Amino acid sequence: MKDTADSYVTEDGRTIGGVVMEMKNITLRFGGVEAIKDISFDIREGEIRAIIGPNGAGKSSMLNVISGFYIPQEGEVWYKGSRRPAMKPFQVAQQGIARTFQNIALFEGMSVLDNVMTGRLTHMKTGLFQQSLWKGKAEAEEIENREVAEKIIDFLEIQAIRKTPVARLPYGLKKRVELARALAAEPSILLLDEPMAGMNVEEKEDMSRFILDVNDEFGTTIALIEHDMGVVMDLSDRVVVMDYGKKIGDGTPDEVRNNQDVIDAYLGVAHD
Amino acid sequence: MATPEMRADGEQSVPALLHRNAKIFANAPAYREKEYGIWQSWTWAETEAEVEALALGLLNLGVNEGDFIAIIGRNRPYLYWAMIAAEMVGAIPVPLYQDANAEEMAYVLDHCGARFVIVGDQEQVDKVIEVQDQLHQFEHMIYLDPRGLRKYDHTTLHQYSHVQEQGRAAHDEYIKELRAREAKLNYDSTGVMLYTSGTTGKPKGVVLSNRNIIETAKSSSEFDNLRQTDDILAYLPMAWVGDFIFSVGQAMWTGFCTNCPESADTMAVDLREIGPTYYFAPPRVFETQLTNVMIRMEDASRFKKWLFDYFMEHARKVGPAILDGKNVSQWDRFKYNLGELFVYGPLKNTLGFSRVRVGYTAGEAIGPEIFDFYRSLGINLKQLYGQTEATVFITAQPDGEVRSDTVGVTCPGVELKIAENGEVFYRSPGVFVEYYKNPESTKDTKDAEGWVATGDAGFIEEDTGHLRIIDRAKDVGQMADGSLFAPKYVENKLKFFPNILEAVVFGNARDECAAFINIDLTAVGNWAERNNIGYASYQELARHPQVMDTIQSHVEDVNASVAEDEMLSGCQIHRFVVLHKELDADDGELTRTRKVRRRIIEEKYHDIITALYDGSKTISTETEVTYEDGRKGSIKATLEIRDAKVVPVVTKKLAAE
Repeated sequence: MKDTADSYVTEDGRTIGGVVMEMKNITLRFGGVEAIKDISFDIREGEIRAIIGPNGAGKSSMLNVISGFYIPQEGEVWYKGSRRPAMKPFQVAQQGIARTFQNIALFEGMSVLDNVMTGRLTHMKTGLFQQSLWKGKAEAEEIENREVAEKIIDFLEIQAIRKTPVARLPYGLKKRVELARALAAEPSILLLDEPMAGMNVEEKEDMSRFILDVNDEFGTTIALIEHDMGVVMDLSDRVVVMDYGKKIGDGTPDEVRNNQDVIDAYLGVAHD
Repeated sequence: MATPEMRADGEQSVPALLHRNAKIFANAPAYREKEYGIWQSWTWAETEAEVEALALGLLNLGVNEGDFIAIIGRNRPYLYWAMIAAEMVGAIPVPLYQDANAEEMAYVLDHCGARFVIVGDQEQVDKVIEVQDQLHQFEHMIYLDPRGLRKYDHTTLHQYSHVQEQGRAAHDEYIKELRAREAKLNYDSTGVMLYTSGTTGKPKGVVLSNRNIIETAKSSSEFDNLRQTDDILAYLPMAWVGDFIFSVGQAMWTGFCTNCPESADTMAVDLREIGPTYYFAPPRVFETQLTNVMIRMEDASRFKKWLFDYFMEHARKVGPAILDGKNVSQWDRFKYNLGELFVYGPLKNTLGFSRVRVGYTAGEAIGPEIFDFYRSLGINLKQLYGQTEATVFITAQPDGEVRSDTVGVTCPGVELKIAENGEVFYRSPGVFVEYYKNPESTKDTKDAEGWVATGDAGFIEEDTGHLRIIDRAKDVGQMADGSLFAPKYVENKLKFFPNILEAVVFGNARDECAAFINIDLTAVGNWAERNNIGYASYQELARHPQVMDTIQSHVEDVNASVAEDEMLSGCQIHRFVVLHKELDADDGELTRTRKVRRRIIEEKYHDIITALYDGSKTISTETEVTYEDGRKGSIKATLEIRDAKVVPVVTKKLAAE
């Protein structure tokens, strides 16, 4: 594993920058339950970083800590070189961290386009009054943001469902719309909570391609949680492995694959 | 055959027409494409500038006169420009089917020896890279959409916009050369080379000269009064001659606007937004649309359904007559206008046909019900008959003389003759120059006097002068008892049922006919849904007993109708089977234009055919399938073979010629 702060170039020609986010000794408790126990790891600029682990390992909790939804009892979150104080999730979003959810959280009654436009919210400056008059600045701003939204719709190939209400879409497409909304925020870090859960092989391949393309085209740093080991190993630059709230492995996919603790956690180990 | 120089003073090449349009229609829209949610448009003047920039860029890359430039991708203005730019620099554009797999592509690219390839996106780039080792002349590839291509080795790979930029930068250096090359283009220089889809054997490269393109475009535009203000939607494969003539030939000649959809999936919406005035579609598209309308009407409220049925019945009665300008009573006219207000108008709007002045269908026979449905709505849908070798037009139906069972009268400048064996021959200014690198085939198809064999059997109706096509000449055969066997005639009758997507009839030199049938998954699936019949796959639905019953009743209906035709009453289907997989171009069973390849099907399914004739009740079979990405797999199935009732006919054996 490369610990230096210097950037390096991967085999396939992408440049991975220095550390952009660092989790230092995070501990998260719900009452007496310790969901995360003293975990530290970092995320580098431009990389795809996976967090894996068996059910109940604390992966989603970890993602929620990054997105500011949970505030850990102990430990520090460092973002872009400074310590992040306790924040509301919307403040975290304004800092350029966007996410998708494990069980899809779109506005079901709204069209795909409107859902993607909500992702632009953090980029809108005009106030309620201007927006309701819908003249001058507010109009110009909407056009500008619509352009960004349309580029993303084009990128994720969902033009055909632009005007379709989300409720009418199949699961796989909803997942893609959610990715589109997160991308619309033009995040510097994108958090994906099980982007491939419940998909068939073909849908998984499509989604993997989109994730790689996003990373490649926009240079977005991606942190993702995923169950499917095959997918994770193919996609990620580095992997954190969690089990029962503890970190049991951290490194490149190859390093992790050969880590005895990881093998034990996944395949089980005989207890004496 | 020597056609005189019809317009010695006129423009004699496609690029020359572009310059003319840029001058006389400078600010009129020439191309539109929906991208990023809105229609982007280019005027003729802007188009000229774009094409010229690309042409200069191509010179900069070292394109020589006489080089072949392959163009692969979905319909986009940029790729149409690439074709014109290619001709501008003296090269020959060769559009290819974008859904062709790598092998097919390798054959064509190697056959024409393309030095340059211009493609739409990464998918096409990957395909060409996969086969580039087999291509000896291939040098540079230009791509349009940079997505996913950033990390590729760019020594021979170029982005379209960069090529244009370099062209603009090198304007002063190359403009003289470009003008000199353009000046050399005339009526005899090659305008385009198109590969025929090939129902038999390898594709052949049909060379079309500027004379072919411009003369055809001119006479066909005049035939239908096409104007500069017309709009078309370009959505059919660019490699197909029809699209080339409509979107390049006629568009250049009349100066109308070519509109490109956003993606294949958004076609229906884009069609509605553009509302083309001139529209072309193969029968399949009209069938699918009608099926969708009917399915949606099934789900509509009872009042709406009644309104629809009531007015559609009226439309069927008087609609075609009104369209043909015949006498219709005032009351019927009034009722039709009411129908227009409540049903036809909104329906046409939904389908995107509100503005259609001229609509064509060709390529296959269209079902009379389908044809009449559109005409009764007031859509001027007509049939034409043509082929790549004729630069499309051989016959077409003039306004007021439209029928579903003929393909019309000869187009201006076309001569027809019917050979002894019934094969149709034609001669016209649109007759192709040659098959590239294939003088034998050229000689077989085109004789010294310029007559071209169509390969279709047909006859000219005496009183109307309309041409009627029976079948492919080589498919027409004889049954064991000597009666005429015309498989396509029967297949078309079967395919007119919405539940049947594809049919293949066998019977040449046999005692009786038998058929393979593919069900239409949309229509049958919808029926299954409404009747609470669960199914997981095409295969499962296809062998459902109720589906088999429905298909059997269709087959029997067809038998009854076939029996009425004296000549073809022997072609009734005695036994049939519903296939366990859809016939697919990826498996080589259909051509890319979705025509049945009989020989290949006969070979591949010989076990099922044997079972059809040996009286077995079921047959177990295993079939190889090819997935879209080229991997192979196999499907195993046990198929039920059914007997269909046939109508007994008094054998009036047609004196065997």
